[in-house]
Amino acid sequence: MTLASERPFAMSLSSTTIEEPPSAHRVPIVGGPPPGAATLEAKGACAWFGERLVLEGVDLVMPAGQVTALIGPSGCGKSTFLRLLNRMHELIPGAALDGEILLDGEDIYATGTRAQQVRMRIGMVFQKPNPFPAMSIRENVLAGLKLARLKCDAKDDLVEQSLIRAGLWKEVRDRLDSPGGALSGGQQQRLCIARSLAVQPNVLLMDEPCSALDPTSTRRVEETIDELRGEVTVVIVTHNMQQANRVSDICAFFLAAENQPGVVVEQGPTAKMFSTPEDPRTLDYVQGRFG
Amino acid sequence: MPDTAVADPPAPGESRSTGPTRRVVTEVPSVVDRRFNAITLGSGIAVLVLLVLVGIFLLIQSSEALSESGILRFLTRTEWRTDVQPPRIGVMGLLAGTVLVALVGIVVAVPLSIFTALAITEYSTARRRRWLIGVVDLLAAVPSLLFGLWGFLYLSDKIIPISTWLTQNLGFIPIFSTQENASLTGSIFIAGIVVGLMVLPIITSVTREVFSQTPPGEKEAALALGGTRWGMIRSVVLPYGRGGIIGGSMLGLGRALGETIAVALLLPQVPQRIGDSIHILQNGGATVSGFIANRAGADSFTVSGLMAAGLVLFIITLATNMVASVVVARSRSGVGVEL
Ligand SMILES: Nc1ncnc2c1ncn2[C@@H]1O[C@H](COP(=O)(O)OP(=O)(O)O)[C@@H](O)[C@H]1O
Ligand SMILES: [Mg+2]
Repeated sequence: MTLASERPFAMSLSSTTIEEPPSAHRVPIVGGPPPGAATLEAKGACAWFGERLVLEGVDLVMPAGQVTALIGPSGCGKSTFLRLLNRMHELIPGAALDGEILLDGEDIYATGTRAQQVRMRIGMVFQKPNPFPAMSIRENVLAGLKLARLKCDAKDDLVEQSLIRAGLWKEVRDRLDSPGGALSGGQQQRLCIARSLAVQPNVLLMDEPCSALDPTSTRRVEETIDELRGEVTVVIVTHNMQQANRVSDICAFFLAAENQPGVVVEQGPTAKMFSTPEDPRTLDYVQGRFG
Repeated sequence: MPDTAVADPPAPGESRSTGPTRRVVTEVPSVVDRRFNAITLGSGIAVLVLLVLVGIFLLIQSSEALSESGILRFLTRTEWRTDVQPPRIGVMGLLAGTVLVALVGIVVAVPLSIFTALAITEYSTARRRRWLIGVVDLLAAVPSLLFGLWGFLYLSDKIIPISTWLTQNLGFIPIFSTQENASLTGSIFIAGIVVGLMVLPIITSVTREVFSQTPPGEKEAALALGGTRWGMIRSVVLPYGRGGIIGGSMLGLGRALGETIAVALLLPQVPQRIGDSIHILQNGGATVSGFIANRAGADSFTVSGLMAAGLVLFIITLATNMVASVVVARSRSGVGVEL
């Protein structure tokens, strides 16, 4: 028997296809988030660790389908703010908060709103790639369905679509059953993005997603973010000014004076923030003069 | 003293006018390191020698009984009769009881230990965590005699409704069946429960240790996908801790196999008769260690037979513990867990 005859026809056909554009319609998931991107708005957001106030009075609109970049020096509360947005902050013992976070106008901290429901609608990609190492690539992508107890009849389609959207499909389609931990760092991070996208969230939060990646993988992730524009609201923390400039529509500059809580010094369209910001500190920061 | 030593110089006669010279550079350990190495190596060897000596002692002491009955017959025979000539003694009846008691103990202890460990690592505030750990440590510090007395004086009566319920509802499974009018006290089931409580602390501490090493990033990933805490435990903590659960359970099994006082008090110490079906819920049964304890001070042939039984137990527990440490060390979570 020849090798060619062993391979199913469909597969050899698809392997000749160079580019597979993400299909326009979503694979249906029962019980999942409502379709489309959602606007996220912080109103007077404050955060404490124990008695220590680390973030004060953040007002920020992250418009639906756009990419918002959060920039600022280390320790000024960007990660904390991001974790306020999908209720991960409350997992830390002693953590407290104030203010409102509105997802399409509804406060995610309203009484009766469950954190699991919020996190299903607002996905998160972490600084360090964290695939589930014991699971296969396919199981990793589908992990969210199992965890959030969602039903999907077309799991194979969902796996393919999510991996395509994360820009990883072509590299892994022949080894979907090999363990997720065996991929390179950049591939692992894109697998984590695919895993988040498989739940079809309305918002995707990314905390320095490229800081552990090589330049090529970084570019792939940036391409992915670009392709998500319009479908998902993206909020990304980055220390890389070029990256913020390249991928974001809106930019917010966080800063914390010594022993003071972090605040948003300035926010606005990325082009303006990088060329003619109002605050001199913003200009200094985006031009790399401190931080 | 130089810090490094150069080894492997080019062989004499080998002419190397051009090209690189291969040097292997090795670190020369400092005096402190060398002393420390010697001490650790020395204590390791001492433990090993002690183990071997125990083995040899048992072997010598048991030679009389083993040569009299033949090793194979001693291993397979269930009877233990020194009142006939020649005496008919064998370890199988004791071994069956030992393994059954240990298995009941593990079945009781493992789920309890896992939930206790999860309660400590995943479902507690810092204060409750300290409190729970303290309670489990306290349980580990209770002398086994107290467990045995507690089982004998208190649990024996209190457990009878459960034994009755089990035999009435699951009696169709042979080991849960009981003979007519059989007493339900002094059963392998009761002894197993007491032994289970005794090994609970060790299993809990091994599982707790591996659970607490679960990478926080993976736990956060599961929660960020919309998982509940229990969902996160099922998809991240338990798979990560699987090696530790298995290894800890086997370690507990090793302890349970050798447990003496409680079973000596609780069981009638009549060797189990294989061939008849085994009834764990009714009065009867013996274990190696319990049997030995009840017969200390017997005649020399009996003592030799007891030593032979002890040798078998020694080998089995040693093997169980070794497999346990291999399982734990091989697992992803086991690296760095002390056994
Ligand atoms: N788990 C925590 N417990 C206590 N303090 C924390 C914790 N995480 C962050 N902080 C503090 O909160 C401040 C903001 O941190 P973070 O949001 O991580 O900053 P950034 O992401 O902008 O570098 C820092 O001063 C940091 O020390
Ligand atoms: Mg950060």
